[in-house]
Amino acid sequence: MASVTVRFFARYAELAGRESAAVAVPSPATVQDVVRRVRETVPGARQLPDRPLTAVNMRQARLDSAVQDGDEVALLPPIAGG
Amino acid sequence: MTYLTRFTISVDALLAEVQRPECGGTCLFLGTVRNGPEEGGVTEIEYSAYDAMAEAEIERILADARQRWPAARVALRHRVGRVPVGEASIAIAAAAPHRAEAFAACRHIIEEVKQRLPIWKKEHRVDGTAVWVDPSGKPVPAHGA
Repeated sequence: MASVTVRFFARYAELAGRESAAVAVPSPATVQDVVRRVRETVPGARQLPDRPLTAVNMRQARLDSAVQDGDEVALLPPIAGG
Repeated sequence: MTYLTRFTISVDALLAEVQRPECGGTCLFLGTVRNGPEEGGVTEIEYSAYDAMAEAEIERILADARQRWPAARVALRHRVGRVPVGEASIAIAAAAPHRAEAFAACRHIIEEVKQRLPIWKKEHRVDGTAVWVDPSGKPVPAHGA
């Protein structure tokens, strides 16, 4: 199993009702596996998109990117900086 | 925090970071909180960030600009927290021996910021409501994706 920390930001944090969650997924795992698990297990997270923008260890990642034990996976609402 | 700040951005300090005797052109970009006719009474925008990633992304964006325009000197600040209408949420300074590189580097950096920086904004309105805004500047519905 890969245990990862999932972080929620801005509107996604409001929808999920929290800013982070610990999630375990069978290895080998992808970002999409983590998103699926979060939507299944975190109350409120079902309202999040099933294909959100994501980052792994502070770099934007594709949904098919591999996730390792200990990674930080962030679910990012559409970026609106500047 | 290095590039993110909760306080008013000092343009003078930012300019001092980039200006040098050999730089004859300096370009300064300010993004300010707007309340235009289509905004519907915005009083302030609340910026929230994935702080550590935003700092890392800004570092990467500036490093990329320095690689593309080696003679240019670049600096950036982004506000987080509540920023009133009219105040700068972002400031970018680029200085170079000649104006073309200064303009190009400055433009490149703000476009990269708009694509890459994990920062979000919530508009606060005169009627007391607050809404998240998407990259096009339109309000996001309260529920659903």
